[in-house]
Amino acid sequence: MPVPLLVPALLAVGFLVLPLVGLVVRAPWPEIGAQLARPGVGEALRLSLVSATLATLLSLLLGVPLAWVLARSQVRGRSLLRALVTVPLVLPPVVGGVALFLVLGRQGIVGRWLFEATGFSLPFTTAAVVVAETFVAMPFLVISVEGALRAADARFEDAAATLGADRWTTFRRVTLPLVAPGVAAGAVLCWARALGEFGATITFAGNFPGTTQTMPLAVYLTLQRDPEAAIVLSLVLLAVSLATLLLLRGRWLGRGAVG
Amino acid sequence: MSLAAHVVVRRGALTLDVELAVADGEVLAVLGPNGAGKSTLLRVLAGLLAPDGGRVVVDGDRVWDDAGRHVPAHQRSLGMVFQDHLLFPHLSVADNVAFGLRTRGARRADARATAEGWLDRVGLAGLGDRRPGQLSGGQAQRAALARALVGDPRLLLLDEPLSALDARTRLTVRAELHRHLGDYAGSAVLVTHDPVDAMALADRVLVVEDGRVVQAGTPAEVARRPRTDYVARLVGLVLLAGTGTGTTVALDGGSAVAVAAQVHGPVFVAVRPESVALYLSRPEGSPRNVWPLRLVTATPHGPVVRCDLAGEVALTADVTATSFAELGLAPGAQVWASVKASEVAVYPR
Repeated sequence: MPVPLLVPALLAVGFLVLPLVGLVVRAPWPEIGAQLARPGVGEALRLSLVSATLATLLSLLLGVPLAWVLARSQVRGRSLLRALVTVPLVLPPVVGGVALFLVLGRQGIVGRWLFEATGFSLPFTTAAVVVAETFVAMPFLVISVEGALRAADARFEDAAATLGADRWTTFRRVTLPLVAPGVAAGAVLCWARALGEFGATITFAGNFPGTTQTMPLAVYLTLQRDPEAAIVLSLVLLAVSLATLLLLRGRWLGRGAVG
Repeated sequence: MSLAAHVVVRRGALTLDVELAVADGEVLAVLGPNGAGKSTLLRVLAGLLAPDGGRVVVDGDRVWDDAGRHVPAHQRSLGMVFQDHLLFPHLSVADNVAFGLRTRGARRADARATAEGWLDRVGLAGLGDRRPGQLSGGQAQRAALARALVGDPRLLLLDEPLSALDARTRLTVRAELHRHLGDYAGSAVLVTHDPVDAMALADRVLVVEDGRVVQAGTPAEVARRPRTDYVARLVGLVLLAGTGTGTTVALDGGSAVAVAAQVHGPVFVAVRPESVALYLSRPEGSPRNVWPLRLVTATPHGPVVRCDLAGEVALTADVTATSFAELGLAPGAQVWASVKASEVAVYPR
């Protein structure tokens, strides 16, 4: 292997892996049980898992059809549409949170109408956490599923049409099963992104223990008060992320990925 | 008349403009080189591609016309077989065959039973639970045929159904396909670039080059009287164009050929390579067709050596390996080529 490639590659591995090793090394292992049992930890973890999962489901429900439109339909201005929906991918999440607040807040363009009609205000609720996470994470799913759709052989859809399947039936019975590994990969990416969401969540949903304080928020606040506890919470997030990745790799991603 | 179509498609440099008609129970082969627009034609007939003009009429129903009637593929009664079978990889073979019945509302058990019956007919009994990936190429193409025929479609479209198969498998699948096409009551259109497929499977052949029909007829007519170099090469003939006067044809490229019949006006002359004899010196007697030519290439071709010759007349001669060795020819060598007037086919242009 050429040295100009090998050395930077090794540096990159070290750069990516060392911080995680540091986290594991510095963890207060003897007290870890007691730290985890503290009030609020379980609550934050549960809230994180539930909201990330709901955000992923919402992203699947809306994002897979959007990916189909981007990959398969003939609508004009598709590239503009694609650029627009991927903006949250590059946008600083805090800006996303501010934008959500301006639209969905009690005084927002849509939020005011919602509040007047129902008396419900979205910000600072658990639902707001899910909305913020979906806003930030859905583009990951859309991009990944669109890629899978483009890679899938569209002639299978022609074959389905000659067998009497309309486009909706074709989508359900042919296209979706063909791109299932891509959808699974996108869902994992989306879930992991939602789980780690910080900026948009704290801006749009606030930081209320029990309703909107997710694990990343808890880690950040605890770090200022009690660094040891923050390390433990970080370890928990690391463990959950790794476990998910390994589980899904074995179950879905490994099996005949793309075709 | 069960299928009648006029298809016009403009795609960059290529303009496809083809009219065709296929009767019930008839098989039409569309033969042509790659890029001639054959597959485009088939996609239009299937309803998968909107043409720029024309009409498609199946059993008297207009399924596409310029007046705005566009029946999408999934609402037509058709079956299509693709070059690389395109069986859905996530479904079992039986579910693949049952697919068209399920989409048209058949109950699961009924569809399954019909599918099993068809798998039996195409010689795949007992393989219904396999995935397409577990079938051989020939088996997969048989399953694809069953999937296309299962709904008793009025129109059967076959897009290079044999070209992805290896030579031996192709032989057996071709024979089976011939049998199934014989049993099929609707109209069938077969697209192929292999003249053997067209000759073996079709009742009529349409030769398409550069988007246009250049020849139409029965397989025997097309094989005997090719009208373009492409067809002539496919059926193994050398085609020369000229103008006939009496029993002589003045070739467009100079020189002349003596023929056995009286001809007048523009004609084609077709020469079989095996009827061309080669000599090192001018042959004895007085054959009327004899030319001094130069050997360009010599390639083994089964039991014979195919010799491409240039000179007054561009000819191809098939000589046995033994005679080729006795002649001791090398590319660039001068030879005398002769062909009997009675061995030359001549027909109007």
